[in-house]
Amino acid sequence: MALYSEKVMDHFLNPRNVGTIENPSGVGKVGNPVCGDVMQIEIKVEDNRIEDIKFKTFGCAAAIATSSMVTEMVKGKTLEEARAITNKAVAEALDGLPPVKMHCSNLAAEALHEAINQYQEKVRSNNN
Amino acid sequence: MVKRVYMDHSATTPLDPRVLKAMEPYLTEEYGNPSSIHRMGQIARNGVETAREQVARLINAAPEEIIFTSGGTEADNLAILGLMEAMPPRGQHIITSAIEHHAVLDVFAYLERKGYQVTFLPVNEYGMVEPETLERAMKPNTALVSIMHANNEIGTIQPIKKLAAIAHEGGAVFHTDAVQTVGRIPVDVKDMGVDMLSCSAHKLYGPKGVGCLYKKKGIRLARRLFGGAQERKLRSGTENVPGIVGFGAAAEIAGEVMSESIEHLTKLGRNLSGSLLRLIPDTILTGDPVNRLPGHVSLCFRYVEGESILLMLDQLGIMASSGSACTSGSLDPSHVLLAIGLPHEIAHGSVRLSLGRTNTQEDVDYVVQVLPGIIERLRMMSPMTGEGVM
Ligand SMILES: Cc1ncc(COP(=O)(O)O)c(C=O)c1O
Ligand code: FES
Repeated sequence: MALYSEKVMDHFLNPRNVGTIENPSGVGKVGNPVCGDVMQIEIKVEDNRIEDIKFKTFGCAAAIATSSMVTEMVKGKTLEEARAITNKAVAEALDGLPPVKMHCSNLAAEALHEAINQYQEKVRSNNN
Repeated sequence: MVKRVYMDHSATTPLDPRVLKAMEPYLTEEYGNPSSIHRMGQIARNGVETAREQVARLINAAPEEIIFTSGGTEADNLAILGLMEAMPPRGQHIITSAIEHHAVLDVFAYLERKGYQVTFLPVNEYGMVEPETLERAMKPNTALVSIMHANNEIGTIQPIKKLAAIAHEGGAVFHTDAVQTVGRIPVDVKDMGVDMLSCSAHKLYGPKGVGCLYKKKGIRLARRLFGGAQERKLRSGTENVPGIVGFGAAAEIAGEVMSESIEHLTKLGRNLSGSLLRLIPDTILTGDPVNRLPGHVSLCFRYVEGESILLMLDQLGIMASSGSACTSGSLDPSHVLLAIGLPHEIAHGSVRLSLGRTNTQEDVDYVVQVLPGIIERLRMMSPMTGEGVM
């Protein structure tokens, strides 16, 4: 089994922002084509900022830790700032991931981007 | 220090202290080469030959039918490749099962690439090779059938006697990978009617890096290693004397404690799987409910992933394993779990707790006390759990 950094283990054992949001502004649910994991991120947006964010993950320790980390990184950020966060940045914030586990961090970033997209599309269609 | 509860005996077992004691002289003052003429050589030779008798006795073979190897993997490779190389290089059909260890499966895949006709037999939902399936797969040119005795992931024990008889009726040689059974349940090569059988010392409280191939008199193999012609020319290289001596001692002890150990492990295994299945909803036992290795508890917990479970167990000092895609280097779920028909997402939540001689009811109680909480925590994090599943 891969050995994880202390930060990964901390986020895995004490994940931040687990759960769901009532009436979320946007939801991103993505599956990992590589190993079959599923990750869901929900965001509450106010004044173009991510006021609240929650996640749920069906996956390995790296998947759980990256979801937890990404929620912590973007909470309170503007949508533009949040969108700029890459999977690499998430992995770096966790002091790195084993190479075989890098794909798990894609999932977290993708789910976040999808949640933001969904929200922005909703706003756009409401404006029409 | 965290408490240590080792429940991964299908991966490897601890060295029995009596085995270590038997090995010690050969690691220190008795360092002779068994091929040497002088007295130190002969002392080492006696150590190896005594071990050969001990191992042979455990499986009801003759000592000269035991070829020592570096373990189960080498024994499997030697049996299959050695047999095929000893035959004319054309037209053979060979059969194995879909749930073999990679030490067999990958050799068959290699031979398939080399142009052999290969059949990978399917198994039923319990991981059993049904004798009729083998009967139907046999062809006039079937040269070899290799089916494992018990599976390392799901613990299912195959009806080897029947399968070997079918292979023989069709004129094929029968090999079995008995790495998971030798020393754990009775293995009698004559009663089973097998031509070749692989085993490994580290699964029976012996050292790692040593095992053997049983090869019935009259079966011809081509050598895979060229050199000093040790082990009746079939396995060149100076013998791993301390390892072989340890293997012998472990085999002797295994024979002595077997019936007691089976009783102990059957009871603990039933308690463990019974309690976990009762306490944790949406859980299934994989493998055959009856014909399984004693003390082998393999489960799938829905909606959660195996690596996460293992790491949380490890935090509490419990050591187990999983066939989840996330725990495999290839990120594919275990071929065994897929072969018994489990969908990917259920195979994802697999955990194997394999008990051993030194486990106690107290160990079982500890796992039963903490595992339901771990599954519940992970399910709360999982997007797969519908409302009310918990
Ligand atoms: C069924 C089976 N075959 C073969 C092996 C390989 O044995 P070894 O580790 O001695 O090479 C193992 C052990 O992992 C096994 O469980
Ligand atoms: S989510 Fe499967 S390997 Fe990380």
